Amino acid sequence: MLSKLFVSLLLLKTLTGCSLEPWVKPYERSNLSDPIMSFSPDPLSQGYIHHVYQAREGARGAEGGSGGGCGCN
Amino acid sequence: MRGFLILFFLLFSFASKAAVLPEDRADVLFHSYSGGGIDISGPAVLVRKSVGDSVSLSAKHYIDTISSASIDVEVILGASTYEEERVENSFSIDLLNEKTLMSLGYTNSEENDFSADTFSFGISQDMFGDLTTASLSYAHGSNVVGKTGDASFSEISKSDSFNLGLTQIITKNLIMSASLATITDSGFLNNPYRKVRYIDTPTTFLLENEIYPSTRTSNAVAIRGRYFLPYRAALHAEYRIFKDSWGIDGTNLEFGYTHPFSDDWIVEAHFRTYSQTRADFYSDLFPYSNAQNFLARDKELSTFNNSTIGFGISYEFAKGEGGTINKASVNFKYDYIQFNYEDFRDARQTSLTPGTEPLYQFDANIIQLFVSVWF
Repeated sequence: MLSKLFVSLLLLKTLTGCSLEPWVKPYERSNLSDPIMSFSPDPLSQGYIHHVYQAREGARGAEGGSGGGCGCN
Repeated sequence: MRGFLILFFLLFSFASKAAVLPEDRADVLFHSYSGGGIDISGPAVLVRKSVGDSVSLSAKHYIDTISSASIDVEVILGASTYEEERVENSFSIDLLNEKTLMSLGYTNSEENDFSADTFSFGISQDMFGDLTTASLSYAHGSNVVGKTGDASFSEISKSDSFNLGLTQIITKNLIMSASLATITDSGFLNNPYRKVRYIDTPTTFLLENEIYPSTRTSNAVAIRGRYFLPYRAALHAEYRIFKDSWGIDGTNLEFGYTHPFSDDWIVEAHFRTYSQTRADFYSDLFPYSNAQNFLARDKELSTFNNSTIGFGISYEFAKGEGGTINKASVNFKYDYIQFNYEDFRDARQTSLTPGTEPLYQFDANIIQLFVSVWF
């Protein structure tokens, strides 16, 4: 899977020549910069909730933001 | 690993604009979890402060005070409660060097029977006119597992975590991110106290120690999105799939809505659902002693689902008043989770024939109260 991603990114880089024009201009990003649009508005709280789920579910990883320690012994 | 490194260098060879350091802020949080006979509460503090224009330092101190009379404790030890404390300390440094933001971190977690040290390294970069942020990180954990009441018991486990993230601006109102994580564990991976049960006579069961494989590899992929609504509110969604070498397949889905009132109040509500299949070597009741090479009756490895409904409310104050504080907020969050197990039975009901007890379920209540200050 990574090799396909590698080829895709290489192709993208070759085609764009590092001069890709952003389709959402900087002055159009006021909504996106609103704090209510943050993926991680409260890192400490988010890390705590991740820890709660990590200790009680078999799944782990790709939580986004910061995680907690183990404490699941 | 080779593919990971190739991707790493390719991503960060793109031309880009400078990233920014995280905000200077301090958080003081009280947390409380209560459910399934377990009460866990304690304080947590996180402080992040920049030094000059290119360095940001952060420190975190976190305590879990645990009082447990869970179903596992009751089945294995009889009706008793154990108390313990977990203390976690973390330090990190973020370095901004023109186009690149690098992070180094260290976390130590200590319990009376478990010690964990984790070192992490991460790098992130904006690209394509800041429409895209790519991040890569690696963490190595080293754990020492002990056992209360057995001073001679000491086992080691290790963990390596590779993480890849992409955040993408889609439109002026929609931002999405994708995360990929591969985690490998090795060493002593089971809980030294937990036991499995097996049939002794048609009406009784006995207990024996769990035996887990000494390696585990898992992959998780998540996609998230946030959408800005025309009247200043936000919708968010998350979908994650998980698969590991023990046979567990997990999925979670979350939806949420954030709504500010006036300039000072923010209300948020969310719903999350999670389900997983059992590990290959899990059974609620084995037919006889040492029925197979690996044995588990950890309910976190069983087939189950849970649903969470929660809300939060924040009040912001001291905004733009000058001085050293830019903004402050006081926050309350509440989550209610219901767990439903599909092949984990309530073995405390010893008057019933083993294997016919009702399936276990429990509810949990989670409370967070915290104050945040930006300076």
